[in-house]
Amino acid sequence: MALERWFRRNKPTRKEEDNSPAGLWLKCDGCHAQIYRKDLVANRYVCPECDHHYRMPVDARIDLLADAGTFERWSGHIQAQDPLEFEDTQPYTERIEKAQKKHGRPDAIVTGAAELDGHAVALVVMDFAFLGGSMGSVVGEEIARAAERAAEEGRSLVAVTASGGARMQEGALSLMQMAKTTVALGALAERRLPYVSVLTDPTTGGVTASFATLGDVIFAEPGALISFAGPRVIQQTIRQDLPEGFQRAEFLLQKGMVDDVVKRSALKGRVAQVLKLLTAGLPEPTLEAPRAATV
Amino acid sequence: MPLPFEQPIEDLAAKIRDMRAYASEQQIDLTEEIDALQARLDRLKRDTYDNLTRWQRVQVARAPGRPTGLDYLQHAFEGFTELHGDRTLGDDPAVVTGLATLEGASVVVIAQQKGRDTKENIHRNFGMSHPSGYRKAMRMFDLADKFRLPVVTLIDTPGAYPGLAAEEQGQAWVIAESIRRMSELTVPAVSVVIGEGGSGGALAIGVANRVLILENAIYSVISPESCAAILWRDAGEAERAAEALKLTSRDLVALGVVDRVIDEPLGGAHNDRDTAIALVKEALVEELAQLTHMSGERLRRARYERFRALGRFEAVA
Ligand SMILES: [Zn+2]
Repeated sequence: MALERWFRRNKPTRKEEDNSPAGLWLKCDGCHAQIYRKDLVANRYVCPECDHHYRMPVDARIDLLADAGTFERWSGHIQAQDPLEFEDTQPYTERIEKAQKKHGRPDAIVTGAAELDGHAVALVVMDFAFLGGSMGSVVGEEIARAAERAAEEGRSLVAVTASGGARMQEGALSLMQMAKTTVALGALAERRLPYVSVLTDPTTGGVTASFATLGDVIFAEPGALISFAGPRVIQQTIRQDLPEGFQRAEFLLQKGMVDDVVKRSALKGRVAQVLKLLTAGLPEPTLEAPRAATV
Repeated sequence: MPLPFEQPIEDLAAKIRDMRAYASEQQIDLTEEIDALQARLDRLKRDTYDNLTRWQRVQVARAPGRPTGLDYLQHAFEGFTELHGDRTLGDDPAVVTGLATLEGASVVVIAQQKGRDTKENIHRNFGMSHPSGYRKAMRMFDLADKFRLPVVTLIDTPGAYPGLAAEEQGQAWVIAESIRRMSELTVPAVSVVIGEGGSGGALAIGVANRVLILENAIYSVISPESCAAILWRDAGEAERAAEALKLTSRDLVALGVVDRVIDEPLGGAHNDRDTAIALVKEALVEELAQLTHMSGERLRRARYERFRALGRFEAVA
């Protein structure tokens, strides 16, 4: 009985965290090899045999991108209300409370200041394990605040997305977060501060159709599912099988929708390089005499 | 074809018609009886329409015969000139765009267009745009900004089309871009949800200074059917989902998502199209009059603040 409870409590948690099965050993989804779990974690949740990218917990993601000891959390001071008094198979308030207890944060996002290879950035990392990374009022507000604060402090913005889309339980208010996050990015643009978005598995729905795809530069992780409508919805609409690799990062690169597919091992370096290049533009032109027209 | 809950109204109206015909045929005076029935009919209509459930409003919002985007463009505006194409991929019939005047003032108009019959519905893809439709809308935003013309958008879509080509051509990307472009307009923008405001596909042309909604229109993050399929694993629970989603005009005003409800004639817009169109026109004229004196920068800033403020949350204890 106790053992059963232990399994119920622990197994699903870890599976949702990084979609890798629990246990000391696991069979890789990519190459079916037996992999020692500690090796997978040490390798940033990437299969050492075949390079299959597993989902990555938020803290590991921050460790991956932020220079050691530089991350300073901004988020975590606000939590969801229940404006619709929404109840499906359980009340929304209970769903939130359970997720908060399980994941130890108020909602599906962590934001904060960090240095990234010495660049001052604001980091936004979504937590897919927390109610599917769905975007409700809190997620939207944290993103908007991070973008505005980054603009104030002269930081670049780096957002790592992972989300099933808008949070239905907040109805039209969650839909409005698409507009809220989008307008807030305008504060960065006004100050010519770069915004790099990193799309990870999965990024779908209202998150894809708003701030996630508005990056000055958009990177995607290998194999990540990135879509507006989910594959099942499309299949139901068109009633035919979807092509191999449809809506995956590599497919979107081919279609011209992302700037590059970047392996996790190279991610920090690539983001840093882009930030360096984008922030090294010409100074604002000062008043000068117009050049004589050539005839 | 009456909606299911309209059947008693339709039956009573038929009875009155019959009685009138009988009276004139037999040359007898039934005025008193007919007046009494007419009064009963008016009461029944009011009782029915004042107490529609959310699910019934979803049905009214989608009712055949309800005025569509083009009906408004042709009758609430003058001299509508359609401008076609996105200059990249094609011309999406699910979105109609162009120039028109409203009480003499030049405006750019963008309307999502459902079909008025089966044939047109197929042509219009049931009002579900491809990326091309949003690109066309963005072209209109550019035109409006350049020539300092107010923008009016009419929202009526089940959602952006979830198909193969749409995904390949970046459906999510164009919706995000359209939200951004519209939010940055330096001219007045007013949106009216005239039927179905379906999720991101609707919001893409709904980032206006003032967002209006017809009394029986709906605006939602997800259709009740899809919501039910996900949460209860049964699309048949759509009625429950419609209640839970709080997607009616009054709900949305309470949430701050829309600014104003435009009343519909008794019996809904589909039963009195001319009055509905006149009421929408009146509201648009009023709203635009309030915005035209504002500077471009103030209009942009006001839009930023309007959408930035949306959402409900509380401090962590
Ligand atoms: Zn492997």
